[in-house]
Amino acid sequence: MIDIFDMLGPIMVGPSSSHTAGAVRIGHMARTLLGERPVKARLCLHGSFASTGPGHGTNRALVAGLLGMHPDDMRIPSSFDVAKEEGLSYTFETVDLGDVHPNTVVVIAEGAEGAHLEMQACSTGGGRILVTRLNGIAVSFTGDYNTLVIHNQDAAGPISQVTTLLSRQKINIANMNLCREARGGSAIMVIETDEAVPPVTRLFLGEVEGVTHVTYYEKEVE
Amino acid sequence: MELRSMEAIRRVSEETGKALWEIVLETDMDDRMVSRESSMEKMRQIWRAMVDASEIYTGSRRSSSGMAGGDGLKMRQYAEAGDTIGGSFTAEVIAEALAMGESNACMRRIVAAPTAGSCGTMPAVLLPLCRREQIPEDKMLEALYAAAGIAAVIASRACISGAAGGCQAEVGSASAMAAGALVTLRGGSFDQICQAVAMALKMVLGLACDPVAGLVEVPCIKRNVMGAMNAIAAADMALAGIRSQIPVDEVIDAMGEVGRRLPVELRETALGGLAATPTGKAVKKRLRQITGVKS
Repeated sequence: MIDIFDMLGPIMVGPSSSHTAGAVRIGHMARTLLGERPVKARLCLHGSFASTGPGHGTNRALVAGLLGMHPDDMRIPSSFDVAKEEGLSYTFETVDLGDVHPNTVVVIAEGAEGAHLEMQACSTGGGRILVTRLNGIAVSFTGDYNTLVIHNQDAAGPISQVTTLLSRQKINIANMNLCREARGGSAIMVIETDEAVPPVTRLFLGEVEGVTHVTYYEKEVE
Repeated sequence: MELRSMEAIRRVSEETGKALWEIVLETDMDDRMVSRESSMEKMRQIWRAMVDASEIYTGSRRSSSGMAGGDGLKMRQYAEAGDTIGGSFTAEVIAEALAMGESNACMRRIVAAPTAGSCGTMPAVLLPLCRREQIPEDKMLEALYAAAGIAAVIASRACISGAAGGCQAEVGSASAMAAGALVTLRGGSFDQICQAVAMALKMVLGLACDPVAGLVEVPCIKRNVMGAMNAIAAADMALAGIRSQIPVDEVIDAMGEVGRRLPVELRETALGGLAATPTGKAVKKRLRQITGVKS
């Protein structure tokens, strides 16, 4: 199914849907999953993001996203100045991640309250993104849905409690993925939902035994 | 309905008496489960963003590479002087295409239509016509729905990105959308819309995507001028009753096939065509030195 507003749209700051709009979305996703205001970020650019990124404003777009901007924000070209005002410091480096999508970046961010995030994501075209790695664990989600990212200890129990909680709140799960480092280690539940997940439900999810951390990305409103 | 072939949409149009734009609107309402008003409001935002992008253009900005900026202003001034070869409407169309393409290169806000690189083609034909004929906004939205439906068919049968199918898929698709939008605005029949789309696409078949230094600047900005002029020619031919000997869906399929056959060097990789000229390579080298990125 093709969304006609992918054909005519998005409304975005140029010049490239993949290198600019997608990069803003990646930065925004990193801010959201960090769960607090970022104060420090290392941005490791791979492939085409590294080689043609500067000419496409990819660097400024990533910082803009980290500052909470959306792809149509007119301040994207001056995001470096906004970062200074808002106390976000950042560095860029070129990396070779091997056989991954050419438009890939690793964002390593620190939050104002001490949160830490390491996220690998790629821009897959037309402004769409795919998160491929989170704090060392391979994941796969796009932000096209409301997305719960629940960190937990790999053990029996948390999954059924989480899904029970969601069903009680009449929140329908569209997709669900379980990803773990190793048996018994840290694991991540990625749950994409049709309905938005209200803050109080997220608080309850955080109380589930074995769950260490809950973050939530609400899909962009149309 | 699935927007997969112009022929299938034509059958629905004949059965229901609805125009292309209305079928596309209803498809959007079904797909996204939204009301008619909500869908039209979103399309209104798209239209207003096009208008805004044109109005805030001053020609003062330059792209970070230094290659793009200011040409839309030159063309506007030339058009205002009144002594153009193609007449004032044509000059306005060219100016609009340049202004929009430059705005994109210079990190201003634009509407991808269907892509950011081809963002100048649709507004280049729609804005001057809207100004000249004082077309009400709701009519413009109808034209945009028609264009979006055309793009959906092209995306589903072929492709709309330069990386997948070359510039013919990107500015070519934009040109076909613009041609269909123009015929819609002139009250042309469903068949005339199909003829315009077919002819617009036929005339750009095989066009390479060869951006200098991989940036959406050279030749992308001026290709939008071609896309817009090509759309006007195709729309006028269709309204004159001229027909494409190859039906529209087959033309779209041919575009997809040509796209797949284009060597990878001519599909946005910046390894062939204008990007591989001595000057194109020199630009790339200069930019690498400025940004300090190793290739």
